[in-house]
Amino acid sequence: MQEIWGNIVLYFENNMDAYFNMLQQHISISFRVLVISIIIGFPVGVLCVVFKKRQKMVIRMFQILRIIPSLAVLVLSIRFLGIGTGPAVVALSFLAIPPILMNVVAGLEGAPPFMLEAAKGMGMTPLQVWLRVRLPLALPLVLAGIKTAMVEIVASATIAALIGAGGLGQIIFQGLSVRRTELLLIGGVSVAIISILSVLILDLIDRFFQRYKRYKLH
Amino acid sequence: MMENAAVAIEYRNVSKCFKGAGYNAVDDVSLSINEGEFITILGSSGSGKTTLLRMTNRLLDPDAGNIILFGENICDANPVQVRRRIGYAIQQVGLFPHMTVAQNIAVVPKLLKWDKERIDNRVRELTELAGLKPDEFLHRYPAQLSGGQQQRIGLARALAVDPKIMLLDEPFGAIDAINRLNLQDELKRIHGGLKKTFLFVTHDINEALKLGTRVAVMNEGRVCQFDTPENIAKNPADGFVESLIHSCRQQEKFWEGLV
Ligand SMILES: Nc1ncnc2c1ncn2[C@@H]1O[C@H](COP(=O)(O)OP(=O)(O)OP(=O)(O)O)[C@@H](O)[C@H]1O
Ligand SMILES: [Mg+2]
Repeated sequence: MQEIWGNIVLYFENNMDAYFNMLQQHISISFRVLVISIIIGFPVGVLCVVFKKRQKMVIRMFQILRIIPSLAVLVLSIRFLGIGTGPAVVALSFLAIPPILMNVVAGLEGAPPFMLEAAKGMGMTPLQVWLRVRLPLALPLVLAGIKTAMVEIVASATIAALIGAGGLGQIIFQGLSVRRTELLLIGGVSVAIISILSVLILDLIDRFFQRYKRYKLH
Repeated sequence: MMENAAVAIEYRNVSKCFKGAGYNAVDDVSLSINEGEFITILGSSGSGKTTLLRMTNRLLDPDAGNIILFGENICDANPVQVRRRIGYAIQQVGLFPHMTVAQNIAVVPKLLKWDKERIDNRVRELTELAGLKPDEFLHRYPAQLSGGQQQRIGLARALAVDPKIMLLDEPFGAIDAINRLNLQDELKRIHGGLKKTFLFVTHDINEALKLGTRVAVMNEGRVCQFDTPENIAKNPADGFVESLIHSCRQQEKFWEGLV
């Protein structure tokens, strides 16, 4: 145990710069993937609700993508996209879009019909009903979807090291190949911390947008 | 009554049949309602009351017949414009959970781009009118109100821009007897007798006869009688109206037995 601790300290003494470099890569890949998957998942979700007929097809397509393990997606993407950060970001986005897309759809469809009717009956235009009622009511589920995606992204970004995208996965895979426990620990714990921190940040945003949810009927 | 008043709402042979239904939810209804009237619509569950209101502000379009508001056929009008001129308190209340009481009441004034000060004053005024203290309630969310309080805010929201026509779908359903009496009086006062036209749906025959200048009794999509409360009580038009009056009398007897 003490030996591992000593090795960890030693690692940081010698590799501080490399470590922070990988940490930064990991965060930057995760962040880019999150932004891309929101930019794609959100509007596609909205479109699915607007054009109901195609909705089932699109959702099924993304669900199938989800069943494929992330490792397989990454390995497959080498085939089509090559290696490096770019392909990793694209491949990870495919994994992160479904939870966002599906929660956007569930949130938008979950608005009670009578509430939409109240909005319409008050003289809101269709666009106003969307912006003032439908989207705000969907927000809690949308944020929940983003949270799920975030956790998945941070974890899967580890494997992205396999296709040359860098990040904390490098430490872990190095640790596996040379059987150094302290490297596994450093990599694993760092990924866990990023994951926890990002969920905390999203929780704060969540709480800000859902002040009204804190109140229960007494 | 008001002999020369303008006709505010006219239903001409209006029918509505929902897709897949084997009967008309609203069946050949013709009514002419003058400006300034307080019409109560009385009828059992499923008799088409809500459907009739929803057609009045174009949330639904009739399958047959016409609806004319102040001389204008609403089929030709822009639905959004029609709705902004009509206050509508829906049966399920439908306060927006993500908005405070103040924001809920301010929805239509904001749509009409009132300035902030005017909105703030109006919101306070309406909250008081609904019998709730502004300082205590304005910043609450609907989840922090009781069912009856929500209903009162729903009513205040519908009244916000003082529309000439109000559609009220059982606005007092969840309110206790004492508050209900107060609110009935308050609503009569708001109606004010002359310029505003109210359509008020209720299950409660006492409420219907007390509030209405005229009462429309509905059964299975049809209006079986449309007359003043006195005439309805004295000369029920058919068996259904008679049975309504009878049920009311039965209750009176029950009271006499108790006292
Ligand atoms: N969206 C709809 N689709 C199909 N049928 C409907 C729909 N809305 C109402 N109906 C039917 O139309 C009839 C009239 O309904 P409506 O809601 O107008 O009744 P109501 O008089 O308001 O009843 P309540 O007092 O219970 O509110 C009912 O038989 C109902 O089942
Ligand atoms: Mg109804």
